[in-house]
Amino acid sequence: MDIGAAKMIGAGLATFSLLGVGLALGNLFSTLISSIARNPSAKNDLFPIGLLGFALTESIALLAFIVAMLILFS
Amino acid sequence: MKIDPLAQFNVKALYPLLIGGIDITFTNVAAYMILSVALILAILGFLTRSSSLFPTRGQMAVELLFDFLSSMIKTYAGREGLPYAPLVFCLFLFIGMGNLLGLLPYAYTVTSQIVVTFSLACIIFVSVTVIGLVKHGWGFFRLFLPEGIPVYVAPLLIPVEIISYFSRPVSLSVRLFANMVAGHVMLKIFTAFAALLAGGWFAPGVIFPVIITISLFAFEFLVAILQAYVFTILTCIYLNDALHLH
Repeated sequence: MDIGAAKMIGAGLATFSLLGVGLALGNLFSTLISSIARNPSAKNDLFPIGLLGFALTESIALLAFIVAMLILFS
Repeated sequence: MKIDPLAQFNVKALYPLLIGGIDITFTNVAAYMILSVALILAILGFLTRSSSLFPTRGQMAVELLFDFLSSMIKTYAGREGLPYAPLVFCLFLFIGMGNLLGLLPYAYTVTSQIVVTFSLACIIFVSVTVIGLVKHGWGFFRLFLPEGIPVYVAPLLIPVEIISYFSRPVSLSVRLFANMVAGHVMLKIFTAFAALLAGGWFAPGVIFPVIITISLFAFEFLVAILQAYVFTILTCIYLNDALHLH
């Protein structure tokens, strides 16, 4: 197999980590929604925490992106 | 038309400078960093030009921002963290302004260089460690063994805690850097596709990529502020560890 094809396969495989990130984001927001639904007055306290969790989870997805880019272009 | 989404991160030398064998070339990264600091100083100076006990609207805006950050420090690092409010304020403004400046067309994003974010993270890491050592002396190393942990887990736990302590600057810097790079690459790819479509036979269809690009731009705006916020909030959490040792 030539190296270009192997790089593309590797970069494609690197995106598999998005599976975990998708699960995590869905879990995060479903929990956020259900906790706000249970206690609407806590919304102002919960929302910044949710955003923080979103940003921290998203950075995992971006690590996968960086890995894919490194595989493709190095 | 050739799409090169990574060309926007090229560092260009604006004014080559070599002093004593050390290359301190003035690059576009340095120029944009100076520009962002100058913009922050100009905006803050303009808004608070006539400080008084009865604040004007501009002074009110600056005070709101400072209050927001100092209440964040109070929540995450306690009252002892308040002396470090200026550091957190400067960090938030510098990162936020760097991110927002990068969103302008043809502008350079300083936070998309790992060396910039890693230096910022190292400043945080070293200063937090020094603060902890000065405040607690040798007791600072209790940070690696939380209280109430049985002794027989210690050989396993201490290396894990030490590794997680030393990976802090890496994760802090890579998070900001990866967010900025990925966001700008994504924007570039979508706009390049829109431009390709506009030149082809399917020109009316270009409206869809343009709409997506606009919404992505709004998302990037959110990410720019959010990443500055996350960076400062994690600084507060690390500060809390150094001040209170778990």
